[in-house]
Amino acid sequence: MKLTSLLKRNNKLAETAEQFKYLNGAIFQNGELPYFNEKLKACQKFPLKSSEIEILQINLGYMCNQVCAHCHVDAGPDRKEIMTKETLIDCLKVIKSCKIKTIDLTGGAPEMNPNFRWFVEEASKIGVADFIVRSNLTIIRANKSYFDLPNFFKKHNIHVVSSMPHWTKGKTDKQRGDGVFEKSIEALIDLNNIGYGKSDTNLKLDLVYNPSGAFLPSNQKDLEKEFKKVLFEKFGISFNNLFAITNLPVSRFLEYLIRSDNYEDYMHTLVESFNPNAADQVMCKNTISVGWDGNLYDCDFNQMLNLKINSSHNHIANFNPEKLSDRNIAISQHCYGCTAGSGSSCQGSIT
Amino acid sequence: MSNYYDPKDLKKFTAISEWNKELGTKFFDYYSSVFEDGALSAREKSLIALAVAHTEQCPYCIDAYTKDALERGITKEEMMEAIHAGAAIKSGASLVHGVQMMNKVNKLEM
Repeated sequence: MKLTSLLKRNNKLAETAEQFKYLNGAIFQNGELPYFNEKLKACQKFPLKSSEIEILQINLGYMCNQVCAHCHVDAGPDRKEIMTKETLIDCLKVIKSCKIKTIDLTGGAPEMNPNFRWFVEEASKIGVADFIVRSNLTIIRANKSYFDLPNFFKKHNIHVVSSMPHWTKGKTDKQRGDGVFEKSIEALIDLNNIGYGKSDTNLKLDLVYNPSGAFLPSNQKDLEKEFKKVLFEKFGISFNNLFAITNLPVSRFLEYLIRSDNYEDYMHTLVESFNPNAADQVMCKNTISVGWDGNLYDCDFNQMLNLKINSSHNHIANFNPEKLSDRNIAISQHCYGCTAGSGSSCQGSIT
Repeated sequence: MSNYYDPKDLKKFTAISEWNKELGTKFFDYYSSVFEDGALSAREKSLIALAVAHTEQCPYCIDAYTKDALERGITKEEMMEAIHAGAAIKSGASLVHGVQMMNKVNKLEM
């Protein structure tokens, strides 16, 4: 059966309050596992404080051509939340005035926002050190209007970051949908053909690996070695870096954990793998996540949980870099996902 | 105790050091050193461990090394081949004793 969003299925877990029932659930209430704030307190890292804002991660909308089994956004073709041009203009003002070093466009499929290309053109005129688009690859092959995306990316020196859960068709399609593997391979070849991921160009192509199940990613460097070897030997594909990202117990991945009776074991694994060094490097310290409606969050996960930022400067229209660089980060038990093992961020391992 | 094996007991493995710290510590240090990259990669050793987990029929080890294999991106095909390698040795070890049986028969029979 084709997967649809939790929202479309009328699944209770589409509501954040329902998700928090589990994130604050019995295993934490009965003391079997410590709450995340207690864990931070025990190593003198509470409250978690932000530092200088370097990355603006902008969610252009929840609409997506794919419906991935683990998606923390609950994205899909049925989602109508799309960032308006007015909000995009506010983002441009912030990028210009606050000297943001990294722009990170995400979604959904960010390319499906009708103002995507206009925004990329305008933002590149301002000039940022690193301009990331999180492209799901299949969008490039989705229909004719997207076929020229690789050249568009190249023209604006976009750093392409794409998901690829495994080098085998079976595991990839199980997580991301039937046919995704083959389309992704075609898209990677297209990107390689114009210089992306090649050692003799500056066009960066990174892949994101999410485990396809209730387990953590292993060592990022080892996984990268394996991905590079197989993708090159089988398909002649090359890329720059592999980011190994832990799945956080949010939205569809949380629903999967509960349905498959893995939730408690997974939370145990995350808590037992808590790494205090990773807690010093979490991405929410130097990142602001902008929601499709312009609201600001500590990270994309907090956005999906509607966990508000601790600041009155909570919208892109009243963005204040100084105030936002000195805030207490909003946390809950899902945060264990970013501090487990080598740590996890949108740029992969952090220690 | 309702079961001889409880998955929760795997999490308590390190508790064996509580009753003998010196030997327990030595064992866990040794254990973690064994599985580091060396002449064999940690990935190869994980597959060996998975195969041995089956020949030893240790449910804790099977749980642990199945998860370890998935974390390393090891495929189901590789995992199944590894346990067949273990199983082949296990059955071979039984069958090779057939020669002993044959020797004995040949000695005893007229």
